[in-house]
Amino acid sequence: MSYVRLVNVTKRFGDVTAVNSLNFEIGKGECFSMLGPSGCGKTTTLRMVAGFEDLSDGEVWVGDRLLSSPKKNHYLPPEKRNFGMVFQAFAVWPHLSVYENVAFPLRIRKLPDSEIDQRTKEALKATNLLSAANESPDFLSGGGKQRVALARALAINPDVMLLDEPLSSLDPHLREEMRFEIKELQQKYGFSIIYVTHDQSEAMALSDRILVMKLGVVQQIDTPLNIYNHPANQFVFSFIGLSNFLKAIPQDGHVILPDQSEAVPMTLKPPDSLRDAALLSLASRPSEIDFTHMEDPAGLHGIVSRKAFLGEIIDYQIKVGDQVLRVQKGRRDPGPEPGAVCAIHFLRPFWYKEK
Amino acid sequence: MSSIKTKSSFGVAQVILFLSIAILVIVVAFPVLLILFNAFWVNDEFNFAGALEIIKEPQTFQALKNSLIIATGTTIGSTIVGTFFAWLVTRTDLPHKTFMKSMFLVPFMLPSFIGALAWKMLLSPNAGFINQFFIQHLGFTGPIFNIYSYIGISTVEVMYLFPFVFIQVCGALERMDPTLEESARISGAGLFTITRKITIPLVMPSILSGALLIMLYSMAHFGTVAVLGIENGIYNIPTLIYERIHQSGGSFDAIRTGTVLATVLVISAAIIIYAQRKILGSGHYQIIGGKSFRPMELKLRGLRMPLMIFCLAYIAFTIVLPTVVIFLVGSLKTYGLAFTFDNLSLDNYKFILFDYKVTRDAIFNSVTLGFTAAIITMFAGVMISYVIVKMKVRGKGILEFLGMLPFSVPGSVIALGVILAWSGQFGINLYNTVWIILVAYIARYMAFSLKANSAALEQVHDSLVEASRACGATMWQSLRDIVLPLVRPGMLAAFFLIFLPSLRELTVSIMLYAPTTRTIGVAIYTLNEDGETVISAALAGIALIIIILGQSVINHFTKKAGV
Ligand SMILES: Nc1ncnc2c1ncn2[C@@H]1O[C@H](COP(=O)(O)OP(=O)(O)OP(=O)(O)O)[C@@H](O)[C@H]1O
Ligand SMILES: [Mg+2]
Repeated sequence: MSYVRLVNVTKRFGDVTAVNSLNFEIGKGECFSMLGPSGCGKTTTLRMVAGFEDLSDGEVWVGDRLLSSPKKNHYLPPEKRNFGMVFQAFAVWPHLSVYENVAFPLRIRKLPDSEIDQRTKEALKATNLLSAANESPDFLSGGGKQRVALARALAINPDVMLLDEPLSSLDPHLREEMRFEIKELQQKYGFSIIYVTHDQSEAMALSDRILVMKLGVVQQIDTPLNIYNHPANQFVFSFIGLSNFLKAIPQDGHVILPDQSEAVPMTLKPPDSLRDAALLSLASRPSEIDFTHMEDPAGLHGIVSRKAFLGEIIDYQIKVGDQVLRVQKGRRDPGPEPGAVCAIHFLRPFWYKEK
Repeated sequence: MSSIKTKSSFGVAQVILFLSIAILVIVVAFPVLLILFNAFWVNDEFNFAGALEIIKEPQTFQALKNSLIIATGTTIGSTIVGTFFAWLVTRTDLPHKTFMKSMFLVPFMLPSFIGALAWKMLLSPNAGFINQFFIQHLGFTGPIFNIYSYIGISTVEVMYLFPFVFIQVCGALERMDPTLEESARISGAGLFTITRKITIPLVMPSILSGALLIMLYSMAHFGTVAVLGIENGIYNIPTLIYERIHQSGGSFDAIRTGTVLATVLVISAAIIIYAQRKILGSGHYQIIGGKSFRPMELKLRGLRMPLMIFCLAYIAFTIVLPTVVIFLVGSLKTYGLAFTFDNLSLDNYKFILFDYKVTRDAIFNSVTLGFTAAIITMFAGVMISYVIVKMKVRGKGILEFLGMLPFSVPGSVIALGVILAWSGQFGINLYNTVWIILVAYIARYMAFSLKANSAALEQVHDSLVEASRACGATMWQSLRDIVLPLVRPGMLAAFFLIFLPSLRELTVSIMLYAPTTRTIGVAIYTLNEDGETVISAALAGIALIIIILGQSVINHFTKKAGV
């Protein structure tokens, strides 16, 4: 089932370990995203798969083909790997027409002219570029250029498509549109995708599975839903979606706030495994907090300090002692005004140990 | 409120504009116009046919052809050499790339006519050291290479001009988005295919623009042809102009021929500059990438060592060897003696620096002329650039046009124009004084100053001055307190860009010198013509030392300033 396989892949630049012992497997036709903050090693990983960067350690496989393995002194150069790749800055050749850009990989493979023409046209058609075939890519918009890059990668009918932040040079509207185009192309051609991005909504929308990475180390690999609903650790929780962290100190199976300004309701209990920690974080999503302006003894008390109308939602800031929580409610459900005392209920609290 | 603001700046702006126009008109436009006027205006009427007649004369026509032949050879050679080395030091795993790169830039600061002198000593058909060595020791019956030929002249020019292409192509390759090449690679292309189909086509505009620069420079180049061509009857346009003016002592016919030839130079220069702007303007691809990785390096594998040896040999042969020869010959007691320890001494250098009036004067003249010209041109350049880049006044268009002139007027044209303008016909006679050389230097180097200063000024955002004006500063105050400090690096660059080349200037000074107003270049050239080979070589050695010292000072300063 697994098609692309990374085994203990490690990359060191001098003293810096950019990628640390990475393991994952991707199925045929799967869309796999790598997500993480800037500098966490996403691009480096992708470039190792492509063959632009050699490995310090580990192995890269596609099917039963070994691509890179420093231990076995094996390295297949990028031009032999038969991948499609799309770069952030498009990398469309300005001295060639759109048609010639797309035909380039086919010409390199010395295919017969008729086949080159047929496959180039097919790739252009799939990316809605047929009408621009003879133009210079310089006259295309950013989206147009990125389509040329996609068509060029599609032309060779690759088994694996590598995309490094392919949409981040586009404006937000176009970005959403292109997302679906990529997904459609994948469904039509059935290639596997490794998709690098630091935009979580992009990763969520596109991927079958997401890898979250931090400082070269994998944090979690799972489906978008599981990553959102069951984040493996505090980093993943904070990286995906909006988040609140309320500091709390365990005491007798319950918790108290560090400044002890408010009483924490007894129902808000950390799991038993975390009782011995010195400091805990109570993690919550702004949309998964409920609050009323009545003084409800069962809730945690706070004071509304800001209320901002953001269109569909209303964004609140609530002060709990010297800490601040962000809460979002639908606009149809107007809450209290600033200054009001309210009681807070966490709908889905997560507990993490503070280091 | 706004009317008060315009009113207070109105006078200043107009004065600056007027001054700028006046400088460019007096220094550049007027002499050039005089050349065109003299070329086509004979006996109170326009005479185009007469000018054509002059071009058709066998000698002038031959000089035109020679200029073209030499320039073509030089351009093709330099383009190949420059592009190849640029590719080698930016795109391959050649060992010691940084060192090689800095060495390939050295010819930029070496005066090509001194190089030509060295090559004459090495490869002149009969007396050249290399030719002699082959004849005497290896049994050759004749010279292995005659430097007094088209090929010889072009080869020497290539050695000193290829950095124009080298630096342009290096820059383009370094700025180029590496993913342009990487996407070709992932498409299945090998590195040689990528170089041929992607890399070279993408930097073609830079290659062409460097090539055109060389074409322009070589067509109007005096020194190398004067040293290596005249002996064999090979004249190009600048050497023929010089020959005519020099021999005839300024007769009408000579001036006429000179102006017609100069007109040809001006026109070809204009065409070349136009073509260059076209290429750089429209054809320049947007190949500069966003955030990117190191460009990939071509593994040379088996060729790595041979290519490194080739580069080192090239450097040794074209840079080290001529320099060593100059110093060795400069240390000889008499030319023709063998290079044995007994025959070498520092006496010539001492003689030149302390006893010989001709050379002492020449050094003094060059340094004072260079310094004065650099100061004046630097200030004039910053003012003119300021108007062109920053000010919004009516009549700026004229200045923009005039500002392009200095870029397209070759040295020998300037010299001739200056003779026409300042020899008394218009009430001022500077002929045979240092002042005429100074005026010519200012005209010749104005382009450098304009370039450096406008580059610096373009970095200064308009809002900075507006902010200062809004704070209540007058136009002058904002210039002095805001703009001047910001453009100081540009001015400093302009100063050195003028001072150093002027120390070795030959093309202009050779046309304008009088017995007491020789410059270093003129002294080296005339001493050599007079058969004082060792003294001339010693002076050339001193010049090289001054230039290299000056360059080190600049490098030191620019590094410190972080430019
Ligand atoms: N050629 C190199 N030499 C030295 N260090 C490098 C090199 N390439 C990458 N690094 C380092 O490796 C780490 C990972 O970089 P990488 O580009 O893979 O991050 P990224 O996740 O793609 O970030 P971004 O979102 O900014 O693109 C960074 O700390 C970077 O500085
Ligand atoms: Mg990246």
